[in-house]
Amino acid sequence: MKKKVRLIARLDIKGPKLIKGVNLEGVRVVGDPHEFAKSYFHQGVDEILYMDSVATLYGRNSLAQLVRETTNDVFVPMTVGGGLRTLADVDEMMRAGADKVAINTAAIRRPEILREVARRYGSQAMVLSVEAKRRRDGNGWEAYVDLGREKTNVDVIEWVKQAVDLGVGEILVTSVDREGTRTGFDVELVRAVVDVADVPVIASGGMGKLDDAVDVIARGGADAVAVAHVLHYKQISLENMRQCLFDHDIEVSIHDVATHL
Amino acid sequence: MTLLHICDYGSGNIHNVERALVRAGAQVLRCESAQDMVGARAVVIPGVGAFGDCIAALRAKGFEEPIKDLVDSGVWVLGICVGMQILATHSEEFGHHQGMGIIPGSVRLIPGQTPEGETLKRPHVGWSNLYSGETSWCDSPLANVDQASPVYFVHSYQLVPDDPAHVLAYSQYGGHPIVAAVRRKRVFGVQFHPEKSGHTGLRVLEEFVKLVKAGSD
Repeated sequence: MKKKVRLIARLDIKGPKLIKGVNLEGVRVVGDPHEFAKSYFHQGVDEILYMDSVATLYGRNSLAQLVRETTNDVFVPMTVGGGLRTLADVDEMMRAGADKVAINTAAIRRPEILREVARRYGSQAMVLSVEAKRRRDGNGWEAYVDLGREKTNVDVIEWVKQAVDLGVGEILVTSVDREGTRTGFDVELVRAVVDVADVPVIASGGMGKLDDAVDVIARGGADAVAVAHVLHYKQISLENMRQCLFDHDIEVSIHDVATHL
Repeated sequence: MTLLHICDYGSGNIHNVERALVRAGAQVLRCESAQDMVGARAVVIPGVGAFGDCIAALRAKGFEEPIKDLVDSGVWVLGICVGMQILATHSEEFGHHQGMGIIPGSVRLIPGQTPEGETLKRPHVGWSNLYSGETSWCDSPLANVDQASPVYFVHSYQLVPDDPAHVLAYSQYGGHPIVAAVRRKRVFGVQFHPEKSGHTGLRVLEEFVKLVKAGSD
């Protein structure tokens, strides 16, 4: 049975701005995230992912406001992550209109939060966000926190197994090494995560050309692809991606995007 | 003038449902009590989470009898996700629960295996297409839906009507037909989330709005 792969627009947010960095750092302002999200909705994106890269209290409040505004005219599932520390933070995002939350740092510090969110909102609403960096000795990947800046000594694969046991419904794997570089996904990383997780895996970080998406789905086994740079800078459109994946016998959703509204 | 009365018994997705209905052209009133629903032309019942919690919350707020009376008097109804499921007679989710019995049928777990014996993940989450059911999509919220366009599902249970003629649309999951929409006279239920189903979802809501506008005296 062929699975249907989801195309997700990833928008990294700083204050009110959509930004884009390299290796999750070296940030440039791209524009108004709400406008970009709306445009992707009208191009038939499957989901929207907002990642707050400031993750301060101020940032979180402004993020909730942004989610409220966005869900006024963007009617596809929305995942929100970045700086969510407590169940109260999660409640705030869900009330604002998010369908799922993505948690990294807070879960590394206190894994139980994954179970608590899954209990309250269902597994499908709890996305584990993993920022993975290849170990220099070639021995797997290490989980990083705070936007790829802080080491944890946690092994990515062991961590993913534990998180699945705690009830996460989905795993967002971002390669810190590849993020923003447009040199292709870390396919081995995605494959290694897919092999231990019986929940959907979203590949993120590194898409530079259409073949990269084909590769991470065909070889990596990704269930979804999160795309940022090449979409935001209009180097690749969602239409290009759908066509290319379709040509490679990968099933995608073809949405009705008639602008009747 | 208010066109749609949204039943607010505490369901988590009510804001998103309300925003999408407004976008689809409806004047809406969020009803926190049965009094607010007096004189309604159409009622929208959202719902997420467990069947037992939803029906208990709806009953605790005194909505059940007024909704049944409105249905008897020919008011339009749209139930969404668990808001659709609680229209059924009963559910087997976490024990046995009585529903409102507006659409005779039971709420059952979706299959856990493909016909070939492969494990199927539950919940069923994602975009799936709609297929014709036993009854026509004409004069229904699906009237303007292109069958090639998928809609968004998040569920582990489905409403199986006693009378197959009440099935408006199926979807497919792991090789099994899944009940995606039901209809009994002026009562509709959709298992998917029109408020999260992109332009196709908005079309579903728009058609419901059109039916209410055209069909209320």
